[in-house]
Amino acid sequence: MSDTPHHSAAFVRTTPLPPAPPPATERGAIKWIRENLTSTPANAVMTVLSLVAIYYVLAFVMPWLLNGVWNAGSIRECREIAAGSGGGCFAVLTERWHQLLFGRYPQDAYWRPTLAFVLLFAAIAPVLFQNLPRKLMIFTALYPFVAYWLVWGGTILTPVFALLGFVVGYVVYSRLVDKSFAMGFFGGLLAAIVTWWVTGFASDAGSGLLALEQVESREIGGFMLNMILGTVCVSLSLPLGIVLALGRQSSMPIIKWICVVFIEFIRGVPLITLLFVANVVLAYFLPPGTNFDLILRVIIMITMFAAAYIAEVIRGGLAALPRGQYEAADSLGLDYPQAMRLIILPQALKISIPGIVNVAVGLFKDTTLVSIIAMFDLVGMIRGPILASTDWNGVYWELLGFAAVLFFVVCYGISQYSQWLERQLQTDRR
Amino acid sequence: MAMTDEALARKDAKVSDEVAIDIQNMNKWYGTFHVLRDIDLTVYRGERIVICGPSGSGKSTLIRCINALEEHQKGSISVDGTVLSSDIKNIDTIRSEVGMVFQHFNLFPHLTILENCTLAPIWVRKIPKREAEETAMHFLTKVKIPEQADKYPGQLSGGQQQRVAIARSLCMRPRIMLFDEPTSALDPEMIKEVLDTMIELAEEGMTMLVVTHEMGFARQVANRVIFMDEGQIVEQNEPEEFFMNPKSDRTKLFLSQILGH
Amino acid sequence: MTTLTDPPQESFRLSMLLNDTRYRSYTFQFIALIGVFLFIGWLISNAAQNLEDLGQDISFGFLGEAAGYDINQRPIEYNSQDTHLRASIVGVLNTLIVAFLGCITATVFGVIAGILRLSNNWIVARLMAVYVEAFRNVPVLIWILIIFFIMTASLPAPRAFRGDEPAATMLFDAFAFTNRGVYAPKPIWEAGSMIVVITFLLSVAGIFAYRRYATKLLYDTGRLLPTFWPSVALFFVPTILMYFIMGRPISLEYPEMSGFNFTGGMQVRGSLIALWFALAIYTGAFIAENVRAGILAISKGQTEAAASLGLRPNRIMNLVILPQALRVIIPPLISQYLNLTKNSSLAIAVGYMDVTGTLGGITLNQTGRAIEAILLLMLFYLTISLAISAIMNVYNNAVKLKER
Repeated sequence: MSDTPHHSAAFVRTTPLPPAPPPATERGAIKWIRENLTSTPANAVMTVLSLVAIYYVLAFVMPWLLNGVWNAGSIRECREIAAGSGGGCFAVLTERWHQLLFGRYPQDAYWRPTLAFVLLFAAIAPVLFQNLPRKLMIFTALYPFVAYWLVWGGTILTPVFALLGFVVGYVVYSRLVDKSFAMGFFGGLLAAIVTWWVTGFASDAGSGLLALEQVESREIGGFMLNMILGTVCVSLSLPLGIVLALGRQSSMPIIKWICVVFIEFIRGVPLITLLFVANVVLAYFLPPGTNFDLILRVIIMITMFAAAYIAEVIRGGLAALPRGQYEAADSLGLDYPQAMRLIILPQALKISIPGIVNVAVGLFKDTTLVSIIAMFDLVGMIRGPILASTDWNGVYWELLGFAAVLFFVVCYGISQYSQWLERQLQTDRR
Repeated sequence: MAMTDEALARKDAKVSDEVAIDIQNMNKWYGTFHVLRDIDLTVYRGERIVICGPSGSGKSTLIRCINALEEHQKGSISVDGTVLSSDIKNIDTIRSEVGMVFQHFNLFPHLTILENCTLAPIWVRKIPKREAEETAMHFLTKVKIPEQADKYPGQLSGGQQQRVAIARSLCMRPRIMLFDEPTSALDPEMIKEVLDTMIELAEEGMTMLVVTHEMGFARQVANRVIFMDEGQIVEQNEPEEFFMNPKSDRTKLFLSQILGH
Repeated sequence: MTTLTDPPQESFRLSMLLNDTRYRSYTFQFIALIGVFLFIGWLISNAAQNLEDLGQDISFGFLGEAAGYDINQRPIEYNSQDTHLRASIVGVLNTLIVAFLGCITATVFGVIAGILRLSNNWIVARLMAVYVEAFRNVPVLIWILIIFFIMTASLPAPRAFRGDEPAATMLFDAFAFTNRGVYAPKPIWEAGSMIVVITFLLSVAGIFAYRRYATKLLYDTGRLLPTFWPSVALFFVPTILMYFIMGRPISLEYPEMSGFNFTGGMQVRGSLIALWFALAIYTGAFIAENVRAGILAISKGQTEAAASLGLRPNRIMNLVILPQALRVIIPPLISQYLNLTKNSSLAIAVGYMDVTGTLGGITLNQTGRAIEAILLLMLFYLTISLAISAIMNVYNNAVKLKER
């Protein structure tokens, strides 16, 4: 390449050439249109067709939105006001927003779930963004207890004692884990159970202390119920999913098969059948005399459902780690729990985050299925009390459109986060 | 074979008569494939042994058996007098006595260099963190990268990563070091820095088993070179004799292939 | 891990159960097994106690009793006097019908959207991105309800088609979109229609045979035959010829207005259409992403390598890109089919009588046999899932890249 042609004398460029602007046809809007819209005749036809389609959709939707009626007492009033302008009856949203968002939650206590919702962002931020100070995780750990107290009310002693059990359990665990992981784990578990048992009496005694008005589970509904089910089940299913994934990767056949059967069973049936189980079957399998809340039974089943899917995602992450990481941990003398906790899981979970987020989005969408077993989440509220009322019978598009938009905002937001994270992971992959 | 293990080891002043590793009649199969056949090998404290041979000859498997990364099915291995058995405590003892350096470094990418070095001392040897960090800095200085302590493995060159891997093993204060092709994943310009570190280690009297094709290193450092083929030890000798005057045809062929160009 | 035969056998000590790698894993597995058995035993004893307290038992005898309810879409003979078992089978068939229709339609939507999303036409690519994002991020239940309400609330009642100046008109005089469903022409198969169908199938097989012959000819002699127009001709000509030779044995029965409703033709209920299209559009959005990812996964290097060998774009697509992209696309595609089948259980929300609606819905409520009905329901879905996974495994093994 550097060969100089024989016939020419040596040439040395002394002044660099300035960059020249591209020819006019290669510039600006003309170039963009030529390349992106009309590069071939077929392409031009598709452009025209698309524009026509967009026009029709807008011609249909815009009057509906722009001439929408936001203030009316019933669908008949709406129609009178709209008077054939094609405007939508959005008054149902302004009139029934409390049912759509909170279900039958007591109106004077709306500040409680709202506060819990706002705090959720503070709690979840350090999980989502790794460059925030790690100390914020303390709030994340406290959040479930605060949120429970805010949403369900009752004395603050209940969540405080629940937290105390975890703290005692953790202290015992960290004392014993040096000796062996199993000893630490079971010791911690035992200590926590003892603490809960002992404090159970105390919280009965101090039931008036710092008590918020108690709210029954069946009063919780609307979009709030979707949010609660989504966040609770995703966070509970993570640890369960990790255990299942490790079990499925285990070299011990019986443990492996227990996990495989569980995972494949759950993944093989639709969520709705599991919700039926929660609704009508689960009660049979619990000790006689116990009476679990429907919401708690649903949380158990959805958690199991999500855990099976998360386990598969994490299994992918585990499989993606090079064999050498396991060998290096072994050759340094780390035992299995240490190797998993310190070396394998931190890396495998990091790779799995985008997949876990996808499962979370799917799960959040699936929380609408509880409307089928007569729980009044957002969709349940729309199909039940609102559409059944004489005032609003027939306002389908506005209500379902509103639900669709709410879900879209949340799910699209989460999936954008997941894509951002994937790009981040790609750049610091080495 | 002309000389016994002991006779070979004897010729070097640094080598003591204490046995570090004793392998007797060891056999290993992958399924029905016979990977290692009747391996007998005694390593004395302070010995530097280079193992070479064509790929698939079982040389990596041999040293991976020594710290129980691979199980053997027949024969016995004892390290520092501890017989490698299926007792988990035995395996732990041996692994903390024996350091291992891998071809692909196998540093933990989510931990800093310093954390890579202190992790095992803290969790396995139960050494206080401060002390472990001092030890780690000592060895990082020794492999000449103390200034990289707070970086992550991904920010280092291959040669630097391999030196960290050596330091990480040394932090456990092993009495024996195993090297599994430590330079074959490196760019040519980085091989020397790793070999220099290994030479320095050898000069301090560390017992070393090195699987490598770096024949220059073998000549300079080893006091015994072992040639393996098809899962057997074919020939072993002191380096001078081994390279100048190979006895077996297979050794001759191998040497002509790797030294030929 | 390490087993030894040579050293003297030490006598067995209890601590070896925990410390010896030979026994350790058995100890753990034994403990796990005992734990699982205890847990299952606990559940079963609870159930036995609860059933006894309620005076119930576990029995599948209800399957033989008369169901007593009607099903509006009956692929096989069924009336309310038939058994619950038969009602469940009708439900199973309805599930399979909607799953089959949905999978095919979803594939069409997904492939088109996935390819168009990679188009270099900016507007088309954007539109497809909007479609994919809008449908992936909204629960499928909401889409099912939206389409169901379009079908039932926005469309005119059949009687709107009546009279001289009807409020609604039929499309091509053949299709009527009403709030009771879509009425469409129904094919009538007369004697001899079998021969036409067989001719059609044979000519499709003929297309494949011709293409194979063309490839063989290319390999043997280097002569390239045209394939596109002969294929089109083979597709249409023999079947149409046979249709006229046999005296037009296949005719269409058009729906007609009589009284306040349509008679004749084929009625496709709004609930089926809602479920079918919602599932197809929703799953199509996911398939589009799989297709796009599959095509993108085949590196630009492959296209460039093929182009530098002098292959033309459509040959590059057929010979290099597609065979590789399909390998990437088909496994997630099959798991989307599985998802669609499982999501079809949402039929119960719009009153489509699939197996969840019959066995898990009305039968369960009428007989109160919750445990039995849900167990059977789960077994049905599980069978389908396992069958689909088995197919997927076979496929994966068949296409696995030969690698070292």
